[in-house]
Amino acid sequence: MSMLKTTTTPIALAAILAVPGFAQESGGADVPRTVAELPDRLPETNEREPGPVPDTSAEDIGEIAPDAFVFGVGHRPSQEQIAAIDIDVMPGGAGAPSGSGTYAQGREVYAQYCASCHMEDLSGNTDLGAAALVGGRGTLDTDNPRKTVESYWPHASTLFDYLHRAMPINAPGSLTDEEYYAVSAYILGQGGIVGEDFELNADTFGEIEMPNADGFVSDPRPDAQ
Amino acid sequence: MPKDDRFSLPGYGPAERHMAESLVEIERQILEEPGEDDCDCREGMFPGMTRRGLLASGATIGGAMFAAGYAGADAPPGALEYDVLSDPTSAPGRTILIDGGYGSRSQFENEVRWRYPTASIDSSWSMTPLASGHGIITPSGLHFERHHSGIATIDPRRHSLTVHGMVEEPIRFTMDDLKRLPAVSRMHFIECSGNTLTEWEEPTLKTVQGTHGLTSTSEWTGVPLSTVLEMAGVQDGAAWILAEGADAAVMTRSVPIDKAMDDAILAYAQNGEALRPEQGHPLRLLLPGFEGNMNIKWLRRLEISDRPFMTREETSKYTDLMPDGTARQFTFEMDAKSVITFPSGAMMLPRPGYYEITGIAWSGRGTISRVEVSTDGGKSWQEASLEEPVLPKCHTRFRLPWIWNGEEAVLQSRAVDDTGYVQPTIEELVAVRGTDYVYHLNAIQSWHVAPGGEVTNVHA
Repeated sequence: MSMLKTTTTPIALAAILAVPGFAQESGGADVPRTVAELPDRLPETNEREPGPVPDTSAEDIGEIAPDAFVFGVGHRPSQEQIAAIDIDVMPGGAGAPSGSGTYAQGREVYAQYCASCHMEDLSGNTDLGAAALVGGRGTLDTDNPRKTVESYWPHASTLFDYLHRAMPINAPGSLTDEEYYAVSAYILGQGGIVGEDFELNADTFGEIEMPNADGFVSDPRPDAQ
Repeated sequence: MPKDDRFSLPGYGPAERHMAESLVEIERQILEEPGEDDCDCREGMFPGMTRRGLLASGATIGGAMFAAGYAGADAPPGALEYDVLSDPTSAPGRTILIDGGYGSRSQFENEVRWRYPTASIDSSWSMTPLASGHGIITPSGLHFERHHSGIATIDPRRHSLTVHGMVEEPIRFTMDDLKRLPAVSRMHFIECSGNTLTEWEEPTLKTVQGTHGLTSTSEWTGVPLSTVLEMAGVQDGAAWILAEGADAAVMTRSVPIDKAMDDAILAYAQNGEALRPEQGHPLRLLLPGFEGNMNIKWLRRLEISDRPFMTREETSKYTDLMPDGTARQFTFEMDAKSVITFPSGAMMLPRPGYYEITGIAWSGRGTISRVEVSTDGGKSWQEASLEEPVLPKCHTRFRLPWIWNGEEAVLQSRAVDDTGYVQPTIEELVAVRGTDYVYHLNAIQSWHVAPGGEVTNVHA
């Protein structure tokens, strides 16, 4: 969407601004706006109004006790509100959504949504900044290390989590959970990490052994002193 | 409608006049659109569009002017072109508030961020022009940028921060809520851990903007993260917090809870005004001294856990490959570093004489206690003066007078922080880390001054 905004033509921009009320609407969070309006003028002196004093979203501010971190500020979100954004998937599959996907299904998803940038053979495209997804095993300690999902990533959950939140780059989050499961299984299968009959779901993350799972060490710095 | 009637005030410069003319032309085109006959917009010129709006849209309108063949409006980004009198005492200057009430820089100042030529423009970075910087504050418009999927545009009225996971009570804050909580203002640098990554094997980029421009300092204002965690009530055993952004990358990093309780800030303001969009407007996490990527922008969610979440940005990226094939993970602190910003790469010293060597030093582990400068490639060192204020996890300005005698010189700076850590040489770093480490290159930078005055990036 931000790209659309920055390429808005002057005509379109002027048209948006010219529609009465659209950019002028004030009100609560439910009213979409595209810009802020200038502060109003005060009567008599014509000064600009200061901004509104922020109000707390707390239904009942209750007893205030700043020393005990009780400010009467904020509100308890509903389970639905949390679930709508609680999308992370942790190692072992904690937090993974329901559904599943197979290597075979993933082949089609990959061809449709991924291959145009990451190439049919998953080798990536440096001209597009699209990373290679497979290959590179055994290269990490050489002069030409190739860091891919296959050779470098320590957790399979990270692959699903990342695809699910950020891919495809032009429409992140636009595939179904099943499609994300399937394409994850396909990439892992292409990397020789799971078999072609593997079905990925919330319960099978723990079965996957990533080749470089033990390749990470904690930070020993300061070093080079 | 005669063009000049509305815009003939003496205070109008060519930029305003051309913008106004462009808008009149756009209005004419809109009014000619079929089906627009009943539109209220015929009533007046752009209802609700003030001169501020007119000027704010200058970049877009500028494009229209260019397309329409208008000349002028060549002022650098962030500036507007006003009439330049040969004698500025001969007539009143431009009218007050003709800028709409939000100032712009001089049309004669032209520093801009420079985008490193990544293949993807969705995931890219731009660098601060350190060579022309003064003092320790980076102008907000020149603060470096690193985005993984573009710059989100978010209405603060529709933004919220949810804190959940291992807490006694999940809590959700509107931006208004956050502004009702006790606030702090702190000056801190943010440095991308990829700063200087082109320089491991050999001198590669030519300017200090290219080699070191992924660090910037601002005054940040917001709510201590510890306050919000106290409000939610962190459960026993909690050790990590997932911070998540509301951009298209839905950027995520795991943050140790000790850092969160120490000096982390939920920042909504930068240098006295709301965050810039490219810095995470309306809300970003600030983790003083930690690598830039962790300072999650467009922050929407904090989930408390007993273990790290192993996101892509702390496994596949932002891990540091060692020669033996292992990789260091969770390398958070930015070690002490300094660089001479003047003279620096691609400059030309016009002739021998007096120059003030100056630069910046910073440490993610504390306060800069000393900066030494060498003009002979590290054979001898002189202590530079540190300009007050010298603050923890903040750029510190250093200066040293220098009389250049016209002979070859190699300028270097070496920072020491209050942990006793001394900024290493590139040889010392490479000896331990090899050259595929990518991140956290904090070595001493060398600028070679040739007898002709040309300054170049060298490894010395």
